[in-house]
Amino acid sequence: MNAYDIIVIGGGVVGTSIARELSRYKLRIGLLEKEEELAFGVSKSNSGIIHPGTQNPTDSLKGKLCVQGNKLTRKICKELGVVFKEVGELIVAFDDSGMEELMRLKKEGEELGVPKLEIVDSAWLKKNEPNLSDKAAGALYAPTAGIISPYRFAYDLGENAAKNGVEIHLLTEVQNINLIPENSTAEKYRFEVSTSKGSFRARYLINAAGLFADEISKMAGIDNFKITPRKGEEFLLDKNDEHMTDHLLFPLPTKTSKGVLVIKTSDGNPMIGPTAKEVEDKEDLSTTDEGLEKVLSSVRKMIPTINSNDIIAYFAGLRPASGHDFIVRYEDKVPGLINVAGIQSPGLTAAPAIALMVRDLLKKNGLTLRRKIFFHRHRRKTVHLFAVPLSETEKLVKKDAAYGDIVCRCEMVSAKEVTDAIARGAKTLDGIKFRTRAQAGRCHGGFCTTRLLRILADETGKKVIDITKRGPGSEIVKKDRRDV
Amino acid sequence: MFERELVIVGGGPAGMEAATSAHKSGVRDILLLERDQYLGGILNQCIHPGFGIEHFKEVLTGPEYADRVIKQVTSMPEIEVSLRSFAVHLTKDKVLTFMKPGILENVKAKALIMATGCRERTREMIHIPGTRPAGVFPAGLAQKLINIEGFLPGKEVVIVGSGDIGLIMARRFLLEGAKVKAVIEIQKKSRGLLRNIVQCIDDFDIPMYFSHKVSNIYGRNRVEKVSVIKVDDDFNELADSYFEIECDTVLISVGLIPENELIEMAGVEIDKKTNTPITEEVNKTSIPGLFVCGNSFKVYDIADSVSRDSAIAGELAAEYLRSLK
Ligand SMILES: Cc1cc2nc3c(=O)[nH]c(=O)nc-3n(C[C@H](O)[C@H](O)[C@H](O)COP(=O)(O)OP(=O)(O)OC[C@H]3O[C@@H](n4cnc5c(N)ncnc54)[C@H](O)[C@@H]3O)c2cc1C
Ligand SMILES: Cc1cc2nc3c(=O)[nH]c(=O)nc-3n(C[C@H](O)[C@H](O)[C@H](O)COP(=O)(O)OP(=O)(O)OC[C@H]3O[C@@H](n4cnc5c(N)ncnc54)[C@H](O)[C@@H]3O)c2cc1C
Repeated sequence: MNAYDIIVIGGGVVGTSIARELSRYKLRIGLLEKEEELAFGVSKSNSGIIHPGTQNPTDSLKGKLCVQGNKLTRKICKELGVVFKEVGELIVAFDDSGMEELMRLKKEGEELGVPKLEIVDSAWLKKNEPNLSDKAAGALYAPTAGIISPYRFAYDLGENAAKNGVEIHLLTEVQNINLIPENSTAEKYRFEVSTSKGSFRARYLINAAGLFADEISKMAGIDNFKITPRKGEEFLLDKNDEHMTDHLLFPLPTKTSKGVLVIKTSDGNPMIGPTAKEVEDKEDLSTTDEGLEKVLSSVRKMIPTINSNDIIAYFAGLRPASGHDFIVRYEDKVPGLINVAGIQSPGLTAAPAIALMVRDLLKKNGLTLRRKIFFHRHRRKTVHLFAVPLSETEKLVKKDAAYGDIVCRCEMVSAKEVTDAIARGAKTLDGIKFRTRAQAGRCHGGFCTTRLLRILADETGKKVIDITKRGPGSEIVKKDRRDV
Repeated sequence: MFERELVIVGGGPAGMEAATSAHKSGVRDILLLERDQYLGGILNQCIHPGFGIEHFKEVLTGPEYADRVIKQVTSMPEIEVSLRSFAVHLTKDKVLTFMKPGILENVKAKALIMATGCRERTREMIHIPGTRPAGVFPAGLAQKLINIEGFLPGKEVVIVGSGDIGLIMARRFLLEGAKVKAVIEIQKKSRGLLRNIVQCIDDFDIPMYFSHKVSNIYGRNRVEKVSVIKVDDDFNELADSYFEIECDTVLISVGLIPENELIEMAGVEIDKKTNTPITEEVNKTSIPGLFVCGNSFKVYDIADSVSRDSAIAGELAAEYLRSLK
């Protein structure tokens, strides 16, 4: 049986952040994830914004962790070779009452410790954001807002955690949790976790199961919160529109969300969204006509020229909300259990700060933390041809011929990048897409899918009919014509 | 960097015809780049008959048509063919960068012909809402999967759009033993060739719905069903007409987009609506000595017309090269 000091349930950005942070210490750590790859939950479908910390109540946990997370994320990105772009954000107001609201947001942000906040006027906006509607009266400028690729961040955290000894179990769905009565084992295991891949024991259990955190908590005996999914639909635009804006554009926030945004993404395509609508089903990732209309009409108030013909992709994500704030707590009633739940936005930003908080909770509750002599802090940066100039590509092609073998025409992804992605853990077409961008461009896989299927089959030893889009049940082809 | 009289990008019928025609007009230094491992372009996956009726006065399949043109190309030793060669960058001075395994080259072309074909319009471009499961394919991709790779993408198919590729694929799936449950076309009639409607749809009694659209795609991991709704002349949905079709596959056949990103990069004026060069004359662009032919110049219905018009590109390039001397 697999036995660990700590089991982390959930391989999203929160679970992988926690696992990596704890892998600095002499601990046996297991991470259990029900999907075939990491980051296939909420962490793959969000806006990718590293928020500065504004738009949060001053007394909230999420506000505090967001401000702290914004700083930590930069450092971790540097260590892991993840691109972090500090593009800055503008919260735009259109009238006098809006401008007053901005003053309030600025004051609250400063109280939370958000640095360098500034109110800018319409002249500033005309100069620095020329496509913005000329009805804009002014904006709150938060220069520390940044963007990253959220899934690559989670993958690289997971990869680095594994390098530091964390054992990652995929396709491992937690189905039941039994509490082991005290003193029955010498090692003081408190939890027996039954999964689709057998049983695991742990002294401490960290529940970072995103949308399913309430169910996991219930399995462990704590039934005091409920996760309500709040859907956000997002629409990606063609790369040609990359320079439509130079900053992230926000409207004034509403009670439940930061509103519909004009987003810059780390790979260049602008994105518009998200909507915010409560849904029942934790797996309802459908997009809707209403969502599209809502997004278009909202963002056109800021950028009137946005053209729906430029949409090349869309998706929906579900915010795992439980009330208005995050839950990060040690459950005294079930010693050893830490719930990390309700991690809605800004959970991507806050993840590294959440990890530190979890570490402190463990320490406070009896876990001895001894640092390893050697912690692999760094990770070699992943090569993306689309992100380097042709002169650099030329050198790469000389070093490895497969960099010259272009697989994806829209995003210029080479066979070498694809085989590297597979070596680092990609097992599905979506996994390749998130890691390399092959299939993420304007033709949406029309050109490269056949080649990717073959490379995946060759590299993994699987048959093409067993290759999936995102895990079991999502096989791409139904039959090999040569099998009769 | 090296120099060439004439560089042609794309080894489909257009690029090959332009090459042989330039050769016939006296050009003797021609480099033909093709990103695939064989010449022929999209013809290789069109294994159905219906090609060459005008150009060769015979009914051929796509690969047979391609073979004939390839033979002409290879009979002219001054046409150098470089396969697995992917053009990735172009400047207004006609410096073209291409990559192949182990190599990144810059070539300065005195004259350049782009014959890069089309890509397919996607489900995303027509904004079909719903989930994003496996089983949604551009029709041309499904064609390649069956005819070239040897895999059947699905067993119960709904086809969105009644363009030629969709019609041909309806028959192709049927012949492979799959069920084609419906072809859904939002317009009042098909854009496809009459012969394809008769031979691919009517002859097989495939239900065809005009003035209907797929309003949603369902399924978490794999497509499970689609919903369909009738629309009026202004494409407004008629609520009472809603129905659902169970299927595991949705083919998207809603048109082609000329691939002109490289010439756009070089500064050629492009019509945003059609993604083709703005010009009065066939195959010409706003940059002298830079020509575009075949499906990247405009979307053609049949390969024969591609061959006919692409020959002009070869002649224009030859004429341009003479004017430089
Ligand atoms: C539309 C949208 C936009 C957003 N934009 C931003 C933004 O710009 N900036 C920002 O900071 N935040 C943003 N967020 C919030 C952010 O995405 C989330 O807070 C964050 O991704 C949560 O990460 P997580 O690891 O907690 O959840 P997840 O990524 O969902 O991870 C939980 C994991 O647990 C696994 N799991 C569940 N049940 C089990 C089980 N029984 N056994 C094993 N594994 C299980 C799941 O498969 C999943 O992989 C956005 C969210 C949405 C929906
Ligand atoms: C399903 C289907 C059915 C059809 N049925 C018929 C029919 O029955 N009868 C008929 O006459 N016609 C038919 N056609 C139409 C005919 O096949 C096309 O009109 C013709 O192939 C277009 O020729 P082309 O050379 O312009 O483009 P393509 O054949 O697409 O060739 C373009 C070439 O350029 C290469 N290329 C593109 N970009 C680059 C780059 N950056 N670097 C290097 N190389 C590049 C591509 O790999 C490709 O080989 C059909 C087409 C399809 C898809």
